[in-house]
Amino acid sequence: MNRSRIIGVATVIVVIVCMMAPTVVLGQTDGPVASGHIIDGDYGYGMPPNASKDGHNVDNLIHILHWFMLALFVAWGIFFVYCLMRFRARAGHRATYDPVKAKVSKYAEIGVAAFEAFLLIGLSMPIWAATKNEPPAKELATHVRVVAEQFQWNFHYPGTDGTFGRTAAAFVDTVDNPLGLDRSDPAAEDDVFATELHLPVNKPVICDLTSKDVIHSFFLPVMRVKQDVIPGMRIPVWFTPVKEGRYEVACAQLCGNNHYSMRAEMVIEDDASFATWLEEVGKVEEFDEDELD
Amino acid sequence: MSGDHHHEPSFIRKYVFSVDHKVIGIQYGVTALCFLFLGFCLIMMMRWQLAYPGETMPIIGNLFGEAAMPGGVMLPEFYNSLGAMHGTIMIFLGVVPLLVGAFGNYVMPLQIGAPDMAFPKLNMLSYWSYFLGGVVMLASFFVPGGAANSGWTSYPPLSDIATTGQTWWLFGMVCLITSSLLGSVNFIVTIVQLRVEGLTMFRLPFFVWAQLITSFLLLLAFPPLEAAGVLQLMDRLAGTSFFLPEGLVVSGVVQTQISGGGSPILWQHLFWFLAHPEVYVLILPAMGMVAEIISINTRKPLWGYRAMIYSTIFLGFMSFIVWAHHMFMTGMGTKISAFFATTTMIISIPSVVILTAMVISLYQGAIRFTVPMLFALAFLPMFAIGGLTGLPLGLPASDIHLHDTYYVIGHFHYVVAPGTIFAIFAGIYHWFPKITGRTLNKTLGYIHFAFSFIFINIIFMPMFWQGMAGVSRRLYDQTVYAHGDAVQSLTVISSWGAWMLGLAQIPFIINFFISIKAGKKVSDNPWEATTLEWSAPSPPPHGNFATVPVVYRGPYEYSVPGASSDYIPQHITTEA
Amino acid sequence: MSAEVLPYTVKPHPVTGLYNGKFGIWLFLASEVMLFGALFSTYIFLRIGAPETGPTAWPTGEQTHLSWKLGGLNTLILILSSVTMVMAWVQFKMDNLAKGRMYLIATAVLAIAFVAIKLKFEYMHKFHLGIKPSTSVFFAIYFTMTGLHALHIIGGVVVIAYFIGPGAKLWHENREYYTNRIECTGLYWHFVDLVWIFLFPILYLL
Ligand code: HEA
Ligand code: HEA
Ligand code: CUA
Ligand SMILES: [Cu+2]
Repeated sequence: MNRSRIIGVATVIVVIVCMMAPTVVLGQTDGPVASGHIIDGDYGYGMPPNASKDGHNVDNLIHILHWFMLALFVAWGIFFVYCLMRFRARAGHRATYDPVKAKVSKYAEIGVAAFEAFLLIGLSMPIWAATKNEPPAKELATHVRVVAEQFQWNFHYPGTDGTFGRTAAAFVDTVDNPLGLDRSDPAAEDDVFATELHLPVNKPVICDLTSKDVIHSFFLPVMRVKQDVIPGMRIPVWFTPVKEGRYEVACAQLCGNNHYSMRAEMVIEDDASFATWLEEVGKVEEFDEDELD
Repeated sequence: MSGDHHHEPSFIRKYVFSVDHKVIGIQYGVTALCFLFLGFCLIMMMRWQLAYPGETMPIIGNLFGEAAMPGGVMLPEFYNSLGAMHGTIMIFLGVVPLLVGAFGNYVMPLQIGAPDMAFPKLNMLSYWSYFLGGVVMLASFFVPGGAANSGWTSYPPLSDIATTGQTWWLFGMVCLITSSLLGSVNFIVTIVQLRVEGLTMFRLPFFVWAQLITSFLLLLAFPPLEAAGVLQLMDRLAGTSFFLPEGLVVSGVVQTQISGGGSPILWQHLFWFLAHPEVYVLILPAMGMVAEIISINTRKPLWGYRAMIYSTIFLGFMSFIVWAHHMFMTGMGTKISAFFATTTMIISIPSVVILTAMVISLYQGAIRFTVPMLFALAFLPMFAIGGLTGLPLGLPASDIHLHDTYYVIGHFHYVVAPGTIFAIFAGIYHWFPKITGRTLNKTLGYIHFAFSFIFINIIFMPMFWQGMAGVSRRLYDQTVYAHGDAVQSLTVISSWGAWMLGLAQIPFIINFFISIKAGKKVSDNPWEATTLEWSAPSPPPHGNFATVPVVYRGPYEYSVPGASSDYIPQHITTEA
Repeated sequence: MSAEVLPYTVKPHPVTGLYNGKFGIWLFLASEVMLFGALFSTYIFLRIGAPETGPTAWPTGEQTHLSWKLGGLNTLILILSSVTMVMAWVQFKMDNLAKGRMYLIATAVLAIAFVAIKLKFEYMHKFHLGIKPSTSVFFAIYFTMTGLHALHIIGGVVVIAYFIGPGAKLWHENREYYTNRIECTGLYWHFVDLVWIFLFPILYLL
């Protein structure tokens, strides 16, 4: 009985089993989500579906990286396991004092460094620059203000005049003016508020993110968009939805007790339905205001 | 110098307020192990809520009262407290005190042949400051509103408006920081000044080098967090607005009482300026221990000893300029993010070098699969997984999708749990004979290893898939999201892994306590090792060495050609 | 007891040229540099981020309600105390306990004067005007930084008082050891002065 050999083999098996464990247990538990709406797209163990024009860049980078990591790990793992089996202590075997003179490790390290440089300069930086540097032209884009608060997303559309009404903390009133709109500002008259994010398909979107209280994070999994929403700052993000459907808006930064339920829905639809929706939401609001007067 | 050294010290002076580095090391070790276990218990409770959201927790669910778990169901605020305290306890009260306070304190002076630390009283003060910090943290569970619940990162404004527990957290942190500062001064002075004759810097065991660099990180990275803590205390207690902009509206109430003018981002800079070096504090001593154990158990000098040291120094230096890779999603400009992404890629190189060196050390060795060696070997692939998954996080473009998801949780747990914790287990099995004169039981050790290894992977491997799917961390119930609901089965697997890992610790705990009194007695140098600690009696007496040793050679003289035995201790003059 | 067992407690290490205490105090000061460095960075960060006008604009000149004369006086006091601190150490080096003690006392008195001016004429004045740390970010940082600095001064006074009083026993047992400790205290003291020399202009003058 050779104990070390058994242990060596056992270690290999255990490593493999552990790697496989999560993937073996496939079988999706799909189903409608708490809110009662069906969310579109196939969700499972991979990345969520991509519904934006540039999202595939991020996906590609993630995939290339993981193949690279896997290759490194496997190559390295084979050498590791080989050493464990080949050089186990046993009668008549003595370790060698002199260090191995192999240059392989040096080349491997240089290779790793070079590949990392490629990932960084060749992939990550251009993607980041492409998605963060140049906002789409204002005239061509849908413009939405996104206002986060514990624990809700508010969406503010400029209405037909294309200009947002002025807002300030001093005007805030939880009942009928949660975003602190200055009603005396003429630009505010046709502004539209919603708690669902509707966007027309195939048209760039600019979201201006602000927060009323603490830090939140605006996360659109299917758009590959994530951006912290920081009080005192106004941060724009942009993307172009290309697939119609009903998706989710998540909060990705711990923002208090109900952080987990700070969820909203996003509807990507054709121009016509978007226009109808905007009009209807606008009407409901006017109606409310009349009632209050 | 004064006359009190003739008296036999009282029990209290000897075991409670002791100034002997070995006693203090043991105090640190036992306290920190208890905290480690506590941190584990907290997470095991959280894993119930994650796997079975909203269901009554069996057995212990009703022990926590209405404010935390009404009807045995965990409230979100309690979940958040547990999460924040798990992170804090594991890092500041568990792992760092074990790596530095316990192993550093006990082993390092022995390895350099010193009779004690350079400042024994400071050492004692450092332990008691740590202890006080721990008590404050624990007590915070019982204040109204519960313990801190804004995450271990305590981002304001959330932490500024959080319940009283946050104030306690801050006071606790101040104690812990003080403890670390005192400790790090002591370590550096000891390592530089108190080495015995012949023990040049390049004859030091790698573990000592790791402790030296770690101490520098602690010394220079902690003060900014202390400053940040003071500022946050001012915000909470004196009503200042360091981290608060004007015009906040919290729960519909306009915050007119604050002046505004501060910045939430400021905290993040100060925090991560500490917390990134801090993660290397969690890994360097662990690497040090693994390197020692690998060299001893391969009967072969470490490959690339000098390269490892230079890498460690470089790593320590670089760790101060990568902090903002935790902040890519705060809306920083392209240039700044490119800078931090570049430094992050650069800092991964020394880790690759160190790890490669350790693996190549196995080549042409004669590997003994002892229990500590198994843990040390397991450390390598586990750290590799953790380290490699750091790369997608370090590239801003891929971090867009992965930031603040379970992918991050998976990444760093692979480095700290199967990584650092395994290194700690390796260290415990390895130095236990030095500390007690007895070994831990081997069979129980193998059982502990095998099950820990399996279950810890079952906990953390699924997290990468969860993160890819887009599930956020710090999420009380992921099934509210479609993408979370779809991978809920992974959460269940992970939770069962965690509870099984808990069971897998039972053989260890039994082994630990029984072996202290009844373990097999062993010689002073049971592993046939070369470094100085093994030349002292087990356990070493007050003052450590009967005669002050002199060092004649490097730390890893194993299998020297022509020598009669396969190891030559550092203090042996010539090969007879 | 430790002096006998532990090497280099009193005598300098042949390579580093430092005895343990001095090495330790230098390291401690390095961490203090990081502590105050973080606060100075905070100052810069917040000041750069402050708007030109409006309620959160950075106050200058009159608006700060700080008197550069009082600040300047305090600067002189601290510089003088640094000198007396050095003199104390010189006297101990020259084996003169009585004179050294005198200088230590002078240092402590100057330090107390500093704190008194700070509290009585500066802080109190602000409080009378209704200015508190929460008034604006400027005052928040003013009170935090000067407060922390004052705590450092008070800490220094406690240590100096100890060496004037009970700590002086050590002189009779081991003069070199005692003198070393004074040297370490002095290093700390100079550092605290230095911090003030940076604080004074950024708060009072700029
Ligand atoms: C011990 C702890 C530890 C260590 C060592 C590391 C190491 C690294 N970490 Fe990690 N990290 C954490 C602990 C740690 N981290 C923690 C706690 C957090 C989360 C904090 C929070 O938000 O709560 C975090 C988060 C974190 C983030 C932020 C993620 C986010 O919030 O979006 C990033 C981003 O860059 C990152 C990157 C890295 C990188 C690049 C390394 C590199 O140093 C890794 C280098 C190592 C390798 C690259 C592996 C070695 C390579 C091989 C073995 C392959 C060998 C192949 C050959 C030799 C051919 N980490
Ligand atoms: C060093 C740091 C460290 C360590 C070791 C661990 C260890 C573990 N952690 Fe965690 N963790 C963090 C640091 C750490 N963690 C941090 C910083 C966070 C983020 C918090 C935040 O969001 O703010 C986090 C968050 C975190 C989460 C995410 C929670 C959320 O986002 O909502 C989860 C989920 O599963 C988790 C799980 C675990 C598990 C299962 C272990 C296990 O591996 C634990 C294994 C422990 C043992 C095996 C201990 C055994 C000890 C003994 C047996 C002692 C015996 C005693 C004697 C002999 C006296 N951790
Ligand atoms: Cu908002 Cu989390
Ligand atoms: Cu980091």
